[in-house]
Amino acid sequence: MSDLVSQKVNMIFKSLKGETVHALKDITFSLKKGELLTVLGPSGCGKTTLLNIAAGFLRPTSGSINLGGKEINGPGVERGMVFQQGALFEWLTVNENVNFGLRMKKEDPIKTAKKVEEWLDIVGLKGFGNTPTYQLSGGMQQRVALARCLINDPDLILMDEPLGALDALTREKMQSLVLKIWKETGKTIILITHSVEEALLLGERVYVMAPRPGRIHKEYKLPFASMGLKGDLREIKNGKDFVSKREEILSMIWNMEEEIMGKEI
Amino acid sequence: MITGFITFFTIFAVVGAILYGRKLIKTEKTDSVFGNPEKAKGGMHWVVVGSSFLLLSWLYYSWDIAKSFYPKSANELCQVAKVHESLLSLKYLFPIVERQHKSTAIIKRENINIKDKIILIQNDPDLKDEDKEIFVNILRNTKLMIPSLTNERYLEDDTKNIINQLTIRLNKLTAEFPKDSYPSLTEEEQNEIDKGLKTQLGWGATGMEVPPLPESKRGLKFHAAATELNSISDEFFEMRNHNPEYLRQSEAIFSEIKEYMDGLGDGQELDYIKDIKKLVRRIEYASIFPPDTLNELEKSIRSFDEIQNNEQGNLRTIDIFLFPAGTIVASGPQCSEAGPGRWLPKPSDTFRIFGEMLKPSVGYKMIPMLWYEMMGVNRIVGFILPDWIADVMPGKYPVHNQGGTVDPNFKSKVLDIVTGEFEAFKIPVPSGHIWDSFLRVFLGLSLGIILGVPLGLFMGLNRFAKGFFDPMVELYRPVPPLAWAPLVITVFGIDNVGKVFLLFMVSFSIMIISARAGASGTQLSKIHAAHSLGASKWQIVREVIFPNSLPEILTGIRVAVGMCWGTLVAAEFLAGTTGIGFVENVARKYMQYEVIWITIFVMGMLGLLFDVTIRKIIDKTIPWRGKG
Repeated sequence: MSDLVSQKVNMIFKSLKGETVHALKDITFSLKKGELLTVLGPSGCGKTTLLNIAAGFLRPTSGSINLGGKEINGPGVERGMVFQQGALFEWLTVNENVNFGLRMKKEDPIKTAKKVEEWLDIVGLKGFGNTPTYQLSGGMQQRVALARCLINDPDLILMDEPLGALDALTREKMQSLVLKIWKETGKTIILITHSVEEALLLGERVYVMAPRPGRIHKEYKLPFASMGLKGDLREIKNGKDFVSKREEILSMIWNMEEEIMGKEI
Repeated sequence: MITGFITFFTIFAVVGAILYGRKLIKTEKTDSVFGNPEKAKGGMHWVVVGSSFLLLSWLYYSWDIAKSFYPKSANELCQVAKVHESLLSLKYLFPIVERQHKSTAIIKRENINIKDKIILIQNDPDLKDEDKEIFVNILRNTKLMIPSLTNERYLEDDTKNIINQLTIRLNKLTAEFPKDSYPSLTEEEQNEIDKGLKTQLGWGATGMEVPPLPESKRGLKFHAAATELNSISDEFFEMRNHNPEYLRQSEAIFSEIKEYMDGLGDGQELDYIKDIKKLVRRIEYASIFPPDTLNELEKSIRSFDEIQNNEQGNLRTIDIFLFPAGTIVASGPQCSEAGPGRWLPKPSDTFRIFGEMLKPSVGYKMIPMLWYEMMGVNRIVGFILPDWIADVMPGKYPVHNQGGTVDPNFKSKVLDIVTGEFEAFKIPVPSGHIWDSFLRVFLGLSLGIILGVPLGLFMGLNRFAKGFFDPMVELYRPVPPLAWAPLVITVFGIDNVGKVFLLFMVSFSIMIISARAGASGTQLSKIHAAHSLGASKWQIVREVIFPNSLPEILTGIRVAVGMCWGTLVAAEFLAGTTGIGFVENVARKYMQYEVIWITIFVMGMLGLLFDVTIRKIIDKTIPWRGKG
């Protein structure tokens, strides 16, 4: 019963001047345990707002999101979050960063040290434990962020454009890593991205969101993620199905962007 | 000697560095880029030149180079100054420093004065005609009196004799002066000089400028010559050319004046009469002689002047080149160092006095600069534990009994402990001026950090706190800390408490502002991350917001240290009995320039020490700064 269920979530921002922005409108979806959902959409369509609500940083104006039957009411350990820039604590080493969540729970440091080592091994950072995080490259920082989030054993992992700031090569490697972790841990993952390719490649399910008001425009169920677990990601990307899906979604987003621009002018 | 060595060494260093610089230019690739910052890289050898330049300037302008290479020069120049002084009045008689003979100049001036006065009298409408006639007559007679002084016919033999004798004495001095045997002092004279020399301090010590008694053979020569010259010039100026003819005329003039005055009645004296009297007296006391009478004397003075100039030898060169803005000779027999040699004390003296002051037994004003004292643990315990602990103990304080003794009970024993009245071993505790200043800065700064950082973080995170405390902080912060000093000193006293509180005020506001900036600059994503990793509010403040604000806080501490240090020294200047600022203030009162420079140096070094320490701490604690 650790499904994620979103019921008619509305988010309306009000400014002091009285202007209102309808950031999210009637978002309703449900996610089974172990599913990987990618959310795609033009900027300003409320992707991050949705994620922040799921994480508990924001309260929706109406509606609710339930995780495992419990309404989300503030941030919690059962929902881990990975940010675009890692948001690592640069005054701590890699070990200490990964250990942060366990330390906050005041767990036995000897046990946690072992756990940290295991997780660093999984994300491919073995031997970097005592490195200060500001000395790491962008890709490595994201690996630390992943490990830091996963060590808490959350039910749901929320990723806010985690690979957005990486170069193309690193990004590909990290995509395999995300898939690998998804497979090995069986976690429910929501991943937000602005790269169509990434959304298709990683998403078992893909939501394309539309702006003003933010809503789910279209939903896809795709086989590429499970293919990617076995095969080579580059091959999949060049496959016919993949290319046609990509073009379809791209043109959809382009249309949305034009619509917005037209509105603005 | 050390100064001499340093002088040579720095000159070598400068030459070497310049040669190295030239060599470096030759090996460099030439480019035609103007303003290429590459060209400003390196350059340690120019640092050597720069510091050597500074050191050499100091050595030179404080006359330390002169002192080092020619330790006797100042004393000898002082003797030369004595000769100059004695010779000067004689030289003024003749066209040696002046253009005319003194007699010529006086006669010229007084003739003009008489003429002007006659015109003035004749044109005065308030004056009766008969008075006018009398006054003009007196003045004409005065003018006629001058030839009686300048005519060789009237010159008395006595006067001639005296002039001859003085000339002979001068010539004898001129002949004797260059000889090695000069001066031949009597035993008594020699003893007197030796006695003075025993108590005479060296050149340049605080409280003593150039030692006035001659310390060398050459100095003694000039000293003796100056004495002789003084006696010659005294005798000359005592002598008057008052021959019988002059006296007759002068008497006639004064009787004429007296006659007129008697006619006027009591107590009345016209301004004109006063002026005329003055004029006559001026001529009387001026050394007016017939034109050729003093020729021989002039010749002998000239030849002595020449001889003494020759005898100065290398002293003249030393005076010109090693005594910049030299004033020893000009200052006359006082032999002062007024000028750069005075307020820019000699490095050798400064270091010597610094060494003295560092000795704990000497220090400054009975307090060592930096030392330790043995303090009983009981005093420390008594200071830390509050006295009311004894009050809240059960029982009553003992009362004396009939036997005249007091039996201690539990309560009184506790009181003894909390007031420190018990025997205990002693531990060394630092003390002294430098330590006191350091401790004040340290305490003020620590208090400011301990209270300012939490409040600043709170203000950076909470709207209420920011709004509530902002007016308080912003109202007192822009006021220069010293402006608060009078009030703070009134309330908390001139001793440590007042100063520490003043420094606390300085550091408190700085720490609040920096901690606030640090807290409000925390990235939201980091706080989100900490939240979703399960950190509580308190944990977020301690584990995320505080370390994230560290760069700002440490920069704030660095600023606060500088501000505190500056404020402290000024506050110690204002009031107090210890501290490095106090030392400078006292030294200023007694014009101990060496001590002033020492305190300036100590302050600079301590400030540097603070800054370097904090910079080291910054590098250690926040290595991620600028790399995040």
